[in-house]
Amino acid sequence: MLRGLWKLTWLELKIFAREPLGLIGTVLIPPLSVVVLGRIFGRIPSAGPRLSSFVTVDLPVFAAVFTTLNAVQSLVTIVSIYRESGILKRLRATPLRPQTILSAQVLVKLILTAATLALTLVAGRNVLRITFDVHLISFAVALLFSTLSILSIGFLLASLVPTARFAQPVASLVLYPMLFLSGLFFPVDGLPAGLQVVARVVPLTYAVSLLKGIWLGEAWLAHAGDVAALVVVAIVFTGLSARFFRWE
Amino acid sequence: MSAVVSVAGIRKTYGSTVAVDNVSFDVVEGEIFGLIGPNGAGKTTTMECVEGLRRPDRGAISVLGLDPIRDVYAMQRRVGVQLQEAQFQKRIKVWEAVDLWASLYPNPADGTRLLEQLGLADKRNAWFMTLSGGQKQRLFIALALINNPEVVFLDELTTGLDPQARRAIWDLVRGIKDRGKTVFMTTHLMEEAERLCDRVAIIDHGRIIDIDTPSALVARHCPQRTVLLTTADAGAETHFRAMRAVDDVARVESRFTIRGRGEDFVTEVIRCVSDHQMHVADFRTDTPNLEDVFLKVTGHSIRD
Repeated sequence: MLRGLWKLTWLELKIFAREPLGLIGTVLIPPLSVVVLGRIFGRIPSAGPRLSSFVTVDLPVFAAVFTTLNAVQSLVTIVSIYRESGILKRLRATPLRPQTILSAQVLVKLILTAATLALTLVAGRNVLRITFDVHLISFAVALLFSTLSILSIGFLLASLVPTARFAQPVASLVLYPMLFLSGLFFPVDGLPAGLQVVARVVPLTYAVSLLKGIWLGEAWLAHAGDVAALVVVAIVFTGLSARFFRWE
Repeated sequence: MSAVVSVAGIRKTYGSTVAVDNVSFDVVEGEIFGLIGPNGAGKTTTMECVEGLRRPDRGAISVLGLDPIRDVYAMQRRVGVQLQEAQFQKRIKVWEAVDLWASLYPNPADGTRLLEQLGLADKRNAWFMTLSGGQKQRLFIALALINNPEVVFLDELTTGLDPQARRAIWDLVRGIKDRGKTVFMTTHLMEEAERLCDRVAIIDHGRIIDIDTPSALVARHCPQRTVLLTTADAGAETHFRAMRAVDDVARVESRFTIRGRGEDFVTEVIRCVSDHQMHVADFRTDTPNLEDVFLKVTGHSIRD
């Protein structure tokens, strides 16, 4: 059923790597930001415990969430470009199944996310001398799982945006307010009551909560609610995008 | 000869626009069949229904005995498709596209040989975005042939190409036919249809107007032949007017335009010239072509 999936995924990765700007923007910016921000905050003499915890706890989670959003935005853009230029239609006229074509795109994003995570951690350890007492495999699983779930929102956006020109702004318009409310910058509990309600329905909130928790070494069981919410998000948005998806 | 593609009474609407209405035709094994008409006539919609990319609102389609919607995967293995204005990823290499396509079918053709035959051997490692229009179309033809298809669908294959590239593509299409494959193509270029197609269907405003060989269509709809000649002979006009098959003789000084009908009309003019021992300075015939047929049957030029 998934004939051609690996070949298509590998091909898409190679094609992606041939676009230097895309590669730098996606894979190199998060580790570079971590290094630069880490240096800036780490060097402030009166940093104190709050700031050093920013570098060791919040910064990696920041980088992880940005990597996820990057993947979503890039998915929306690529799918809409492929649709607009007829690539999707051309692929559809082959024995490639629709789910294969889309799965390949998701796999590419997950692989790039994993690569970005690895680079970020290596940069953090070797340049910032951060010592992680975190179960990295666990964190990687949490990140890939969150990305997969949030990517389903990207699928719906990719199904709905009329042209490639709209893809980037529409994705930003949906993703960035979500980021603002997700608890990444301000704790959800500290938000005004109305916004707290909104934050509870924003899927990214659960991704942030899961990533933060796992990074701090909390048990998966303690985040079963987050995992359940992300599974629901994935199912609902994948279902919606299957309903609204257009090939041309 | 059996029908490879059979289209019976299909209709397709987009909102309130009727794109294709009651279209029926058969494509016979081993022929090059052309669907010809201006842009927006319904050619691509018809083609995409046959390819299984669109579902007609009404009517039935059979390709190699298969239903293009229900049996789409079985059909795709046995047909080759080139879509109008198709694109690829800008930075995909030629060999990568061929390799991916080959991996999707059970018994693919030799991709390297195909690229050689289509004159793309030295472009193997080139990115898609660096290919010229003609090279892109040749790559799409290569991909349409990668699964050794029994029938090949070509939609507006030479649109946007310069005349030289266009001629090269025509040779390739004849080559596809010579390999025993059936070709179903669309074009808005009457010259292309005339040079390539064994039979054509004229489509306009979503309806088929007539189907036949190009020469039969010309004979049926535009039987009139024109002879243009220049002679100073004093009695020429009288002699021409006396011919049996003549419709009309127009004269501007010594230049004559003689119109008539029938297979023998031109011969008759030559005989008339010879019998009366006229001295002729200039002689040429004007034979109608598919372009004239189109104008005649639709009431408008295909370029409008």
